[in-house]
Amino acid sequence: MSESRIPAAYMTPGTSSFADFLTAQSPELLPGHNAAPGNLGDLAPHGTTIVAATFPGGVIIAGDRRATQGNLIAERDMRKVFPADEYSAVGIAGSAGLAVELVKLFQTELEHYEKIEGTTLSIEGKASRLSALVRGNLAMAMQGLVVVPLFVGFDPDAGVGKIYGYDPTGGRYEQTGYSGVGSGSLFAKGALKKLYRPDLDEDTLVAVLIQALYDAADDDSATGGPDLSRKLFPLVHVITADGGRTLPDAEVAAVAESVIAGRLQRPDGPIAEIEGAK
Amino acid sequence: MSTPFYVSPEQLMRDRADFARKGISRGRALVSLQYADGIVFASENPSAALHKVSEIYDRIAFAAVGRYNEFENLRIAGVRLADMRGYAYDRRDVTGRGLANAYAQTLGTIFSSGGEKPYEVELFVGEIGDTAADDQLYRLTYDGQVVDEHGFAAIGGAAEAVGGYLKERYTEGATLENAIKLAVAALGHTETEDREIEAKNLEVAVLDRTRTQPRKFRRIRPATLVEILGSSTAKPEVGAAAPAAVEPPAEKPAEKPAEEAPLAPPADDDGEPPIAPPLD
Repeated sequence: MSESRIPAAYMTPGTSSFADFLTAQSPELLPGHNAAPGNLGDLAPHGTTIVAATFPGGVIIAGDRRATQGNLIAERDMRKVFPADEYSAVGIAGSAGLAVELVKLFQTELEHYEKIEGTTLSIEGKASRLSALVRGNLAMAMQGLVVVPLFVGFDPDAGVGKIYGYDPTGGRYEQTGYSGVGSGSLFAKGALKKLYRPDLDEDTLVAVLIQALYDAADDDSATGGPDLSRKLFPLVHVITADGGRTLPDAEVAAVAESVIAGRLQRPDGPIAEIEGAK
Repeated sequence: MSTPFYVSPEQLMRDRADFARKGISRGRALVSLQYADGIVFASENPSAALHKVSEIYDRIAFAAVGRYNEFENLRIAGVRLADMRGYAYDRRDVTGRGLANAYAQTLGTIFSSGGEKPYEVELFVGEIGDTAADDQLYRLTYDGQVVDEHGFAAIGGAAEAVGGYLKERYTEGATLENAIKLAVAALGHTETEDREIEAKNLEVAVLDRTRTQPRKFRRIRPATLVEILGSSTAKPEVGAAAPAAVEPPAEKPAEKPAEEAPLAPPADDDGEPPIAPPLD
């Protein structure tokens, strides 16, 4: 790792934050370091739709697989949902390359804290660290390279799943029930509004989220629907008291196929009940 | 002003080595042994908060004895080095050998520099591979020497007695349960007696190849230790030849650390953190 003595800064007790240490020691490794001036928004592909929702005892986050560049599809199998640690995950929308780097930094940040302090951060603490990282990207955001995450986690103390939305300045907003981010989230959230109930079980909620992503793909050209011919399906990550797990492709494929089968009968998807109708 | 007098370099180094060795020998021993699915680290440690064994990276662990503030600095430096490298390159590019080298250079420089007191620490850097043959166990001494250990090793106070006990009884490819039993029995062994160490006074952690997560480090909880040790009164089957009688542990604590008394106190008792975890 090094040919000579460990640098003094490494041996000095102080911060438990990897991002802070990186900023002090090797700022050239920070996401978006040394970017050229001007509007860079058209240079990099954009990730699109992420949705998340809570259920009793946990939280689920799901994302489509598409990244676009202008009117072109840049990636069909992009990964936009990442486990951040055992009990949390982050989905990203916006400038794809920068977002992936930001997630890597966030993952390292959580693991680093855990190893240095011998304990994990609280869910609120994790969400707050992510705020700081997003805020650190503000200069890039001003140049068009916006990264907006959606953070979910399980709070072991309260025994509930939580969702946090962000704005490009690092503003953090805890969400109730369900949320979404990215270009197709408008449509996805509309679908969730009609389909979501707080008492759904895990399997039903996975189906609801896939329905929401389908609706996003239906109306937003930048969001990819389930791709049957290439066997590419949304990524779904479930977090409960037992920890987090990304659902195997086969499991998501089965749900996606039944959603598509339903849409063949009714292209607009499930009908919500209407109270008060005669 | 006193007249400066000549001290030969040999004498100077010997004094520094004596100083470091004395500091280290005042603490308890720590053992590390390879078993079928990885490496187990065990030491007697009444504190549940101040660890001697810690995770550095996916497949790398750190274990140390001696002066707590010194090895804690080394541990934090190791975590920072590993995370920095894993972040800048890839997780697979973080290696135990690289870390052991960095520690060796650091300890060696401090030991031979006139301006700093030598570190009173001894440590292990363990790394597991895909098979037992790929596992690495490095032992580093206070002066920066690196020893590539195979199978088992002990550091700290009474390391020789403990290491001798292990040498007679260690077998390759043991199960985790047997490895922990042997390690704990070895920790309780001295020339004069075989103590039983209570589970709550033990710190045991493993690098476990069978974990599905990329991070292979795992602490063994006291409750699990009680299960493992409780069944056979803490005597490993592999050590059936052990001549010492099994004595009830309750009578033992009274005659504990006579070994610590005669040693001179360390030169820097002026408000420095004590060697932690504290000795009883």
